[in-house]
Amino acid sequence: MSMQIEESPTTDGDVITNYTINFGPQHPAAHGVLRMIMELDGEVIERIDPHVGLLHRGTEKLIEQKTYLQALPYFDRLDYCSPLCQEHSYVLAIEKLLNLEVPERAQYLRVLFAELTRICNHMLNMGAHVLDVGAFTPNLWIMDLREDCMNFFERASGARMHSAWFRPGGVHQDVPEKLLVDIGDWLDNRFFQLFDDAMSLVMDNRIFKQRNVDIAVVSRDDAIAWGFSGPMIRAAGIPWDLRKSQPYDVYDRMEFDIPVGTNSDCYDRFMVRVKEVRESAKIIRQCLRDMPEGPVASTDGKVSPPKRGEMKQSMESLIHHFKLYTEGFHVPEGEVYVATESPKGEFGVYLVSDGTNKPYRCKIRPTAFSHLQAMDMMSKGHMLPDATAILGAIDVVFGECDR
Amino acid sequence: MTTVHSAPKFASNEGVIDAIGETISVWLDGAEEQHGEVIFTAKRDEVARVLQILRDDHEYQQLMEIAGADYPDRPERFEVVYMLLSLTKNHRVMVKCSTDEDTPVQTVTHLWPNAGWLEREVFDMYGVTFAGNKDLRRILTDYGFEGHPFRKDFPMTGYTELRYSEEEKRVVYEPVELAQDMRTFDFLSPWEGSDYVLPGDEKAGDEAEEKK
Repeated sequence: MSMQIEESPTTDGDVITNYTINFGPQHPAAHGVLRMIMELDGEVIERIDPHVGLLHRGTEKLIEQKTYLQALPYFDRLDYCSPLCQEHSYVLAIEKLLNLEVPERAQYLRVLFAELTRICNHMLNMGAHVLDVGAFTPNLWIMDLREDCMNFFERASGARMHSAWFRPGGVHQDVPEKLLVDIGDWLDNRFFQLFDDAMSLVMDNRIFKQRNVDIAVVSRDDAIAWGFSGPMIRAAGIPWDLRKSQPYDVYDRMEFDIPVGTNSDCYDRFMVRVKEVRESAKIIRQCLRDMPEGPVASTDGKVSPPKRGEMKQSMESLIHHFKLYTEGFHVPEGEVYVATESPKGEFGVYLVSDGTNKPYRCKIRPTAFSHLQAMDMMSKGHMLPDATAILGAIDVVFGECDR
Repeated sequence: MTTVHSAPKFASNEGVIDAIGETISVWLDGAEEQHGEVIFTAKRDEVARVLQILRDDHEYQQLMEIAGADYPDRPERFEVVYMLLSLTKNHRVMVKCSTDEDTPVQTVTHLWPNAGWLEREVFDMYGVTFAGNKDLRRILTDYGFEGHPFRKDFPMTGYTELRYSEEEKRVVYEPVELAQDMRTFDFLSPWEGSDYVLPGDEKAGDEAEEKK
């Protein structure tokens, strides 16, 4: 056998057909269990068909079997990167049906912890995004900050991730004064030093820009038509933020800006999140400054449980406690759709009540559904490695997408 | 009733039903405002037209969600609910229509490209079909799944379970076997909600009726 190549390795007139590959379901850059069928022409993406649902647990069906209070922890397990923001939509939906007043301190606490969750979520997403496009160090640094956030959640609720801390009518327990002081200290002395350091590594980095600038440009009209929300729609230059336009709890008293992008590419989406973290810090500082003293849960004994000490003294409290933790509270008949600005976009809950102690129907609007659906539209014509950058910039979590 | 809750506050609902209802009233079965939500009930065959008018003439640019719901007691048991959002008017409305197992609802994929997956989900979970949707595959359930799990008559535990079989070296599907019955607790107060019939009581009830 001669060592010389007889025939050229090129196909010499033959037509190379497109080929199809499986991206995932077990791919480190798929951010969970996403399977994408990719049709490639060489290394250029022709078509993507995302297959979701590999993490489908039937949350909505399970919720129908639980009382309103028992259903709450399921929301932590949807988007497990930003648990408290999911709870926020759910408790607000119940409160809207009940027309229940929430004490001011509870509203401040919720806003404070929702923003802390936003920081926590963005730390993970930005870390994963830079990791997906080849940078390693920033991820390690900002994961440390995420760890700090988790510790704050633990000190408030006892759990790092699955807090179940927001309750219809307020929050479960008040926080120790020292925790609020520590959050303030952390923002002043630690957070920005690490965060700015980490961001200085990527924001003007040539490789990071080459991987993200002008990737997956989505026009304004497309962003609206595809139902984008959150950082995805803001990166397209539309200053739309539910915290500003449809304020809930005490967001209407907060002063903050809505960062928007100019080019609507993956780099803008990343930068919108970087700016959002700063705005969140601003909101947290305002909460810490303005938070009044007072009760942290509704004083309506029919909805929120009595204090432990009270329960041991008063017969009425004991009855309330027993009824709340067996039967639960009844919610008036009706249906509402309540959406809040979760770190990933509009997270909505469509809650139908038939007047009993269990939801008749609870439809969860995941943020990732609309964004992931546009994956085909956004990736067309880009190279295979760009798909991971696009996916990273969507900020998709499958607990929430598949429910 | 004054509003005391702190749920998201969007633009006022005042006059919205009149202003919009005027233009689409012929295709509606009803319009109401409850718990601060504006809900239009459209005739099933006109739902796409109603949604198009809301999008084009009334600035409801975004379709945020399509939810299915199952009410087995009704003659048309399924409800399909569309949540619309107006970015310019800062307002939300819901549009709903009802259907049964066999009658398709018009698709709105030509109005909003993101309706595709949302309709697929309603189809997957409830078995509602959408006429004109070219890609009505299942989306959340397993490949080859049978049935529509969110229907009220579909059991919580499902019908099949799967495990990895060491003998066959693959994942096998088997009928569900529960070591313990699925427990559902009915905590509704017998004075308010549930109507318990204890063993033997049904006779007493009949006799009491007869005596009357």
